[in-house]
Amino acid sequence: MKQKEGVIKPKTKRAKRFLDNRAPKLTENVKNVMIMKGGNTSMTVTQALKDIYALKKPSAVLYKKKNITRPFEDSSSLEFFSKKTDSSLFLFGSHNKKRPNNLIFGRLFDFHVLDMIELGIEKYNSLSAIKNSKCPEGTKPMLVFAGEAFDHDDDHKRLKSLLTDFFRGPVVPSVRLAGLEHVLHFTALEGKIYMRSYRSLLKKSGCRTPRIELEEIGPSFDFVLRRTHLASDDLYKTAHRQPKALKPKKKKNISHDTFGTKFGRLHMQKQDLAKLQTRKMKGLRKRRGPAAAAEGETSLKTAKVEVE
Amino acid sequence: MAACSIEDVLAKAEQDEAEKLKSITVQKELDLEFDIGNLVAYDKNRIDIRQFREQKKDDFLRSLARDNTQLLINEIWKHPTERVEEVIVVKLPEPTTALPREKPPPKPRPPTKWEEFAKLKGIQKKKKTNLVWDDVAKNELHRLRNIARAQKIKVPGVGLTPTAQQSTTDLSRAVNVAKVSTASAGKFQDRLPKEKAPRNTGKKRKFQPVIGNFSSEKQRQLDLLKVMDSKKPRLDVNKAVNKQMREDDREESAAKFRKGGKKGRKGGHFSGKGGGGKGKGGGKGKGGGGKGRAGGKGQGPPGGKKGAGKR
Repeated sequence: MKQKEGVIKPKTKRAKRFLDNRAPKLTENVKNVMIMKGGNTSMTVTQALKDIYALKKPSAVLYKKKNITRPFEDSSSLEFFSKKTDSSLFLFGSHNKKRPNNLIFGRLFDFHVLDMIELGIEKYNSLSAIKNSKCPEGTKPMLVFAGEAFDHDDDHKRLKSLLTDFFRGPVVPSVRLAGLEHVLHFTALEGKIYMRSYRSLLKKSGCRTPRIELEEIGPSFDFVLRRTHLASDDLYKTAHRQPKALKPKKKKNISHDTFGTKFGRLHMQKQDLAKLQTRKMKGLRKRRGPAAAAEGETSLKTAKVEVE
Repeated sequence: MAACSIEDVLAKAEQDEAEKLKSITVQKELDLEFDIGNLVAYDKNRIDIRQFREQKKDDFLRSLARDNTQLLINEIWKHPTERVEEVIVVKLPEPTTALPREKPPPKPRPPTKWEEFAKLKGIQKKKKTNLVWDDVAKNELHRLRNIARAQKIKVPGVGLTPTAQQSTTDLSRAVNVAKVSTASAGKFQDRLPKEKAPRNTGKKRKFQPVIGNFSSEKQRQLDLLKVMDSKKPRLDVNKAVNKQMREDDREESAAKFRKGGKKGRKGGHFSGKGGGGKGKGGGKGKGGGGKGRAGGKGQGPPGGKKGAGKR
């Protein structure tokens, strides 16, 4: 496919479908992750990248070759790769003396870097080290964020959003109850972030809701927060802008009282009050003669008909 | 006695309930915040660092995780469930955490050339309703068919049977058919000042398919070559017969005139028409003669006797 200023006109229906899949949409696809290695990597880092790839299996690409780039300085090659694989999340692993066992989690908006957070691995247990049965690939994990830092500190707040975006998987309308197996637990404590991954066993309790027992599967990380590159406020706002079509349609003519009573309005055509039909009272009927005039006045206030 | 026992029963029931719920209740200072659409729980409680240091880290973390997960599961179980193909499924609400989009929202497509033109001209999209059964037309058609069957004549074509609502195409077709249904096949019918000549009229030519019967095609090509090769021109019987008939008519009329002319001369009146007719006849004769000669030549073999006899 030759690219002329990035505009490709599809010649087959298959190509058109492919491009439409990658085009901006109202409800978007699952975010893809590209997992890549830097100029120099250690065993820990390569194993960690492989484990996270296993966690994110269908919607992740793992690059085998090393890429000699520094994301914090030059993000152009990242953006190029993201365009090629239509990924908006990336995980860049590297190792050097100054920053050993480094993982950079990042996300992109419109193929430009939005946020990047660098985490150093202090302790790491891989999937293979913990020997027990794992969750099937592609299960939607439950995420738990514990610790005050995730609420107070800006960097941690952004990290929380980034990790949710990273690990949440496809957005589904319903989930199989028995399939809620995988739990990822993040704890922020003393400037460190502990990530643990468990398999939840639903045990019988007396009532409908089951009792949870956890069994640790891999991988487990002890991260330390290093550098961050967060998006500016206006870029962040632009990235969050939702198209109008997604907003739920407001039902017109429904209003609520302070007490919660539901009100609606009935629109009637203009009525001729002189011809208004009210209850018929035989005694008040029109009668011939002057007696009727007096009665006419005492009857309905709207009846101003002259009886003569 | 009975009252005491009732109280006892109630108390026991409460105890049982508490026991049951004990396994799934978790005590927390602050309630967790949930985003069930994303299956996320946020625990904002303070973590006891001392306890964290005393215990083994992993055990502490695991117990914390267990508690939080229990609360999250409790929250998920509060949502409505349904059964889909032998599987119980919980219906999740919309996700509440605002996460950035992957790409900017799609821009509205630019209008196409036709859409712009339609907007300019004020053309609205007319929804074509499905074909509706037209009672009036059906009756008419059946009536005419019956008449045709009774009198053994053909039914007039489409557009001429009156329908309730006739579209412009129907009307124009009817006009064209009416125009052509004169004795001269509409050749001398006047047209309105701005009326355009009807298109798609005239003889419809039928062509052989490109790849058809090879033998017949071969035969046709050979016949064509034979005709081109032959010295003698071909005879079109129709044309020849028509020509001959015309000749005869002319001769008859000429003979009549001569007779009428002789008689008329005595009377002394000279009809301009006659003179004109003579001139025309003369001219015709010359042209006819020329043509006739050619025709005569062609006529040679088949119609020879006939021609000679007439002459």
